[in-house]
Order: sequence, then structure tokens, then C-alpha cells
Amino acid sequence: MPADPAAANAIEIDGLRKSYGDDEAVRDLSLHVRRGEIFAFLGPNGAGKTTTVEILEGFRSRDAGEVRVLGVDPADGNRAWRARIGIVLQEGRAHPLLTPRETLELWSAYYPHPKPVDETIALVGLEEKADERVARLSGGQRRRLDVGLALIGDPDLIFLDEPTTGFDPAARRAAWVVIAGLRELGKTVFLTTHYLDEAQALADRVAIIKAGAIVAEGAPDSLVAGSAVSEISFVPPAGVALGELPGGPAIEFAGGLARLQTELPTRMLAELCGWAAERGIELERLQVARPTLEDVYLDLVEAGTASDEAAADASEAAA
Amino acid sequence: MTDAERFAVQLRSDLKVFVRNPAALFFTAILPVIFLTLFVSIFGNHTAGGEFGDIKVSTLQVPAFIALAVVSASFVGLTMGLVSLREDGILKRVRGTPAPPWIVFAGRIGTAFVSATIVTAILCAIGAVFFGVTLPTSTLPGLLLTLFVGAASFCALGIAYTRLVGSEDAGPAMTNAVVLPLYFVSGVFVPVSELPDGLQTFAGVFPVKPFVDALTVAFDPRTAGAGIAGGDLLVLAAWGVAGMLLAMRFFIWTPRQQAG
Repeated sequence: MPADPAAANAIEIDGLRKSYGDDEAVRDLSLHVRRGEIFAFLGPNGAGKTTTVEILEGFRSRDAGEVRVLGVDPADGNRAWRARIGIVLQEGRAHPLLTPRETLELWSAYYPHPKPVDETIALVGLEEKADERVARLSGGQRRRLDVGLALIGDPDLIFLDEPTTGFDPAARRAAWVVIAGLRELGKTVFLTTHYLDEAQALADRVAIIKAGAIVAEGAPDSLVAGSAVSEISFVPPAGVALGELPGGPAIEFAGGLARLQTELPTRMLAELCGWAAERGIELERLQVARPTLEDVYLDLVEAGTASDEAAADASEAAA
Repeated sequence: MTDAERFAVQLRSDLKVFVRNPAALFFTAILPVIFLTLFVSIFGNHTAGGEFGDIKVSTLQVPAFIALAVVSASFVGLTMGLVSLREDGILKRVRGTPAPPWIVFAGRIGTAFVSATIVTAILCAIGAVFFGVTLPTSTLPGLLLTLFVGAASFCALGIAYTRLVGSEDAGPAMTNAVVLPLYFVSGVFVPVSELPDGLQTFAGVFPVKPFVDALTVAFDPRTAGAGIAGGDLLVLAAWGVAGMLLAMRFFIWTPRQQAG
């Protein structure tokens, strides 16, 4: 443990609470983000993600708890503090009548030590569209400009709120390259996303928020490793009842495949393959899958409270 | 970079946005010129009569349409511009930067002043060259002071008014609902002397009539002295201060359509 925790942690949250009327959006939330890491903040709509992020960004007040962002309480964030953070809002648009270059030139005047505009344009891959009006850019290109606006001030910490929502797969991969590149530059990134593969691909650590509290936190691999179960699946051989297969009672049939959950995939697979080889049967589409972050996430988020989530969705829709 | 240099960058950017916005350009710069030309052509450039004696109609129409241009540039321009910045989330984003919040207003107010000044000059030039309007000389201080107080006050009112405008789409209707009736009762389209007494008194409570009156005093060749219409300017300034106080109390930075 270093002597000055603020030097190691870009963000520290301890016991954060925020209510809107009777609705407790965030209840006793604690987490920290280390300097230089990409941290992904996951959770269903209405779980308190945006509330938490906006408190960190200084846009919202809190009811209780300690919050430090780059060592400063966001509620007291001054211009020097603002100069060290970059923000991509979920619902942000640049001015449609200006070009990306003009927008970045204006934005660079807002910061004390901006990055060169051309360098920022190159960083987000907008060279070819730099002098087109924003109104004529595609959704993905506008989002890249948003990221550019968050980077123009050369901040230490960058908040990215769902940066790739609405992107096609190629544009998402391109955005991932940009975000991963921020780590190389030594930046800290606080990423909220709906895409679990995005978190798994980019994040050093993730936290999952549900109903205003953290339900899991750690490196994506360690969260996945925490779940010991693997799934073996294959097309059931014709003329064989599922019950006759090794591991029979545990096998389920879903989506055209026989599925078998096991904590001992090597042994199970050996039995299964031995059984099939003896009979000269080829197990078609045989596959062993480790759970993905998405499986872990869905387990945690859906655990028990389907009605909670329906309620959260309803309140989100109402808002 | 100093805040003064920041302001220069902001102003340049906002002026660019202004000239690229066909609606703003038309209503602020082109429409007043069309109105002046049409009104004088249709109604003739005869002497005004009544309280204005042998003054030409055009000499009264130039200050009237200057008023319209200034109100468009400042009140309408600030309301529309800031509502669109707010609803696009741009105001919120600017709050997330180290830029001082006033820079947003300063850029738009600067744009209103620049565009109002240019249109005023164009209207004066057209009036002088084509319609024989006598331009203010000794009353120039009064004209400039009135333009300044008017533009500043209508900018403040425009900033305050954004609170009532829920979306970009509502902007044109919401602003016209206020300014069009006021133009009619304040002597922009119709001489005030032709309005019923009650309506004249009613119009005097609002800021457009004192603005038109003060500009008319500066253009009236019979005006002696510097042409400063103190009473009218006080009413205008009072509206401006009220607008500023309301803006400081009620202005919002986050989109209204994305509540919560």
C-alpha cells in the first residue's frame, strides 16, 4: 500500500449514496480506480450507473459518502481539476454547423495545455472528415469526434459513457483501438458500457452495479474464473436417447444441442469421447465453452430479482 | 491563453455558426432590409404628418426596422442559439471543461452585437442612399447608447427566456409569439399614433416600444442635443436587469428533453 493512496488511485468512492425522492439510485457504493487502468462500469439500465458517473464528473450532487477524483472532491472541482479530466457524455452532440477541426479548435481554447488539433484528429481517425460539417458525419464519426473532444485537453482521466453505442461492428473495433491506445498514453479510463465483450476486450478491471450497489468487482478473467462451470455441447447422435449418454441425467436439450454443465470438463469430455469412439459415433459440433463475462454478468444481474429489473426498466422508460 | 483570447476564439466560432445558419441570417440580416424596402415602396416616402410634421416616412421606418433587427439578433438569436446548444448537450459539455461558464454567453452576445451593428449600418446606408433619410450626426451618441442598451437588454431577456422554451423545435413559435405582437403595438409596422390609447399605454410597459421610441428620437432631425431618450432607456434597462436576474436564477445547462 503506497503512502499516499490518492497517488495510486485516480478515483476513490466510499459509501456513496444518492436518492431522488424515495428512489435510492445509489446505496452505499464503494470502489476505486487505479491510475493508468481502464475500468469498466457495468450494469443494467436504471442500476445507478449514470448517477454515479455524473457525481464523479461533478454534474450531480450526492447525499452521503466520500468521493475523490484525482484527489479532489468533484463537488469542489475547480478549473484546474476540470483541465485534468475529459468527458464523453452519453447524449452529446457537437455543433452541426461546425467541422470537426473547427470544433476541436474551439475546444482546445477551453483548456490550458491542449493537445495539437491535428494530432487529436489523427488519434480518433477523423483525418478524412476533419473539414466536413458535423451535420454530414455518420453516427460513428460523430462519436469519434466526441472522444476527440474528451482528449483535446490532454486529460489524465477520461470518462467514456457508452462510447460505442450504435456503432457497427467494424466501427466498434476501431473505437476499441483508440481506447486501448489511451492506456499506452498512461491515461486512466472510466468506461461505462452495455457491451460485455467491450469490457472484456478493454478493461483491466470491471465493476458490476445492480440496484445502486456493487455486486462484483475485479479483473474480467478473475470474475469469469470465479465461476467454475464449463459447458459441453454437441448435436445429440441420432437414435440415442439423452439418458443413455454418459452424464445422462445432467444433460439438457436446448437450441438443437445437448448441453452439459460440469465443473470437471476434462473428465466429462474423456468419458463422452470414449463412449462415442466405442460406438463409432461422431459428436457433431462438439464444443467446450468457458463462461464469458456476459454469462457471469447475466447470472449476477438476473439473480432472483427479475421483478426488480422490470421495475428498473419501467422507471428508466418513465424518465 | 488568457480568458480574453478564449473569448476571441469563442466569438469567431459563434460568428461562423451565425453566418452558416440560414434562418438566423435571414431573420436578422435580410428580413429587416426587405421590410424597409417594401414598406417605403408600398406606402410611399411622403411626409409623415401628425406629430412628425414634414419628416419623411422612411426616416421613421429606418429606426423601426433597426429595432426589429436588433431584437432578432439579440432576443431571438440568444434564445434560439442557447436552446439548441442546451438541447444538443453542448452546454453541459462546456460545463465539463475548464472554460469559464460566461464564455458561452459572451460569444453569443458578441455575435448579436456584431450582427446588429452590421445590419444597422446596412439599413442606414439604404435609407440614406435610396430614400433620402437624414442620418443622425449630433444625435449619434444617443443612437449608439440606445443600440447598446437595447441589444444588451434584449440579450439578457433572451437568455432568461430559454428557460421557458422546451425544445429547439418550439423556439421559432415561442419567440415569435412574443416579438410579433410587440412589433405591431410598438410602432415597428404601424405608427403608434394610429393605435388606440389603451394599446399605446399597454405597449409602453414592454421593452420594444421604448426601444423604437428612443431610436426614433435619435433619427428625428428636430431632436436637439445628443438624442438620449433617458426615460425610454431607463425602461429598457430595467427590463434588461430583470432579464439578467431571472437568467441568473433560472438558467439551466442540461437538456430539458432528457430529464433526470
